[in-house]
Amino acid sequence: MSDNEHDDATGSDGEESGGDEPTFEAAEYADGTVTYPPHTVSPNGAERVGTVDLREHEARVITWTTSTATPPGVREPNTLAIVEFEMGDEYDGPPVRALGQIAEREDDSGKSFDVDIGDRVEPVYADELREPGAGIREPESQDWDGFRFRPVE
Amino acid sequence: MERVAIVGASMTRFGQRDAWVRELLAEAGAAALDDAGVDGDDLDHLYVSNMASGEFEGQTGVPNALAHDLAAQPAYTARIDQTSSSGGAGVYAAWQSVASGASDLTMLVGGEKMTHRTTSEATDVIASLTHPVEYKQGVTLPSFAGLTARLYLDEYDAPRESLGKVAVKNHKNGVDNPHAQFQKEVDLDTVLDSPVVADPLRLYDFCPITDGSAALVFCPESVAEEYAPDGNYAVISGIGGATDTHVVHERADPTTMGGVVDSSDIAYEMAGIGPDDVDVAELHDMFTILEFLQSEDLGFFEKGEGWKAVEEGVTDRDGELPINTSGGLKSKGHPLGASGVAQVYEIYQQVTGNAGPRQVEADTGLACNVGGFGNCVTTTVLEGSQ
Repeated sequence: MSDNEHDDATGSDGEESGGDEPTFEAAEYADGTVTYPPHTVSPNGAERVGTVDLREHEARVITWTTSTATPPGVREPNTLAIVEFEMGDEYDGPPVRALGQIAEREDDSGKSFDVDIGDRVEPVYADELREPGAGIREPESQDWDGFRFRPVE
Repeated sequence: MERVAIVGASMTRFGQRDAWVRELLAEAGAAALDDAGVDGDDLDHLYVSNMASGEFEGQTGVPNALAHDLAAQPAYTARIDQTSSSGGAGVYAAWQSVASGASDLTMLVGGEKMTHRTTSEATDVIASLTHPVEYKQGVTLPSFAGLTARLYLDEYDAPRESLGKVAVKNHKNGVDNPHAQFQKEVDLDTVLDSPVVADPLRLYDFCPITDGSAALVFCPESVAEEYAPDGNYAVISGIGGATDTHVVHERADPTTMGGVVDSSDIAYEMAGIGPDDVDVAELHDMFTILEFLQSEDLGFFEKGEGWKAVEEGVTDRDGELPINTSGGLKSKGHPLGASGVAQVYEIYQQVTGNAGPRQVEADTGLACNVGGFGNCVTTTVLEGSQ
């Protein structure tokens, strides 16, 4: 389930990766729990022992909203969902969830997919979720790529 | 440990003000000193609750600026920033300063100047409290409210209209508050037909962007009558602060605010009371859904039942447990650093019998101030001295 600890949040291990796609990196801890995003220790204080690539896991929509009043550099409207990953029968830690944008349809309408509570979704990579530097946060202080979610057919 | 009394209070008019943050703080601070019958140089400690004067206005160092403007030197000063709960955290700091014996007279002034920024800019300043993985997705505090409201309505089979009724109630209360940003009623149809902001929530489910300030003066109860010769003051009988996860989606139950549960447990235990003993409460209704969550997590109502209390009028001003007699953040406005101070201002007025047309029968009142989306919380219990 786990890989070795990576050096940065994009999943690069510091070597030429031959064009591998960025990973959706969660942290795994000595007590078996997994969190997204990674923290220094687990909710119970256990140390980090590795990473989990959430691209390998399907998720379900817990809840969603469409925000029409978005901050500078954010698409408008912005449909967001909290999703919960299916981590398999052997996982008995706290739920592994993420907050993410719902992906746009592929029909050039520019509209996001429709989702509802309980829908199955999968992560899709986006190289820029929000325009760096348009908002208040220092552009160099974090990365701006990541994962959106789209319904699983 | 000294019991701590509140012997002076003030708040400015909330709304769109020409004054900048220094001027707002000085206006409320001078009025609270006057209310307590003291001068600036009588203060041992002077705290300022403020989230983002640097980001909003480019003015930092506000506690020292205020101390100079009020001739309070050499009072010890500090700025208390705990985002939207900076006011409650300031009450905690002020209480601590007196309870510990470090200060015999402390003033807390909370304030924020926001309305010169566009809604988009102000929303972004507030959203900057989020984790990088949240911020890059474009999340805002209103979108957390939309996400949570949808889940709450789904889980507890609550009607959308019940959220609207929170706005209607709090606007009605605000009519009698001369300090409130909105002193006008709204009807349910107006709320339900207003523009969508974060589906299923609409414009009237959200508090406005606001300028304003509020202040409180604290001393040991043993000397309270020096400042309140009529013997009418309030005592902080319980106070608790707590945090929940920084990353909102990592909470076990997204419709429970753990910081509210934990901070109120501490406050109730210190006060030696339970939720049934509270006569009036000011809750952090930055969004209508938050009034439901807090009223449940404070133990006033069972989980999933808070909406029924609003529907049945239990939380109306003439109900069994009046909530947000001031109009709440919803109607009174939400100048971030001032809000938690203004909540305690309202409870102080209620338990000392000085709330005028908003007065309810109250010996014990509670204020719950929430930062982030429940990320950090202070709960304060006040009792009247008479």
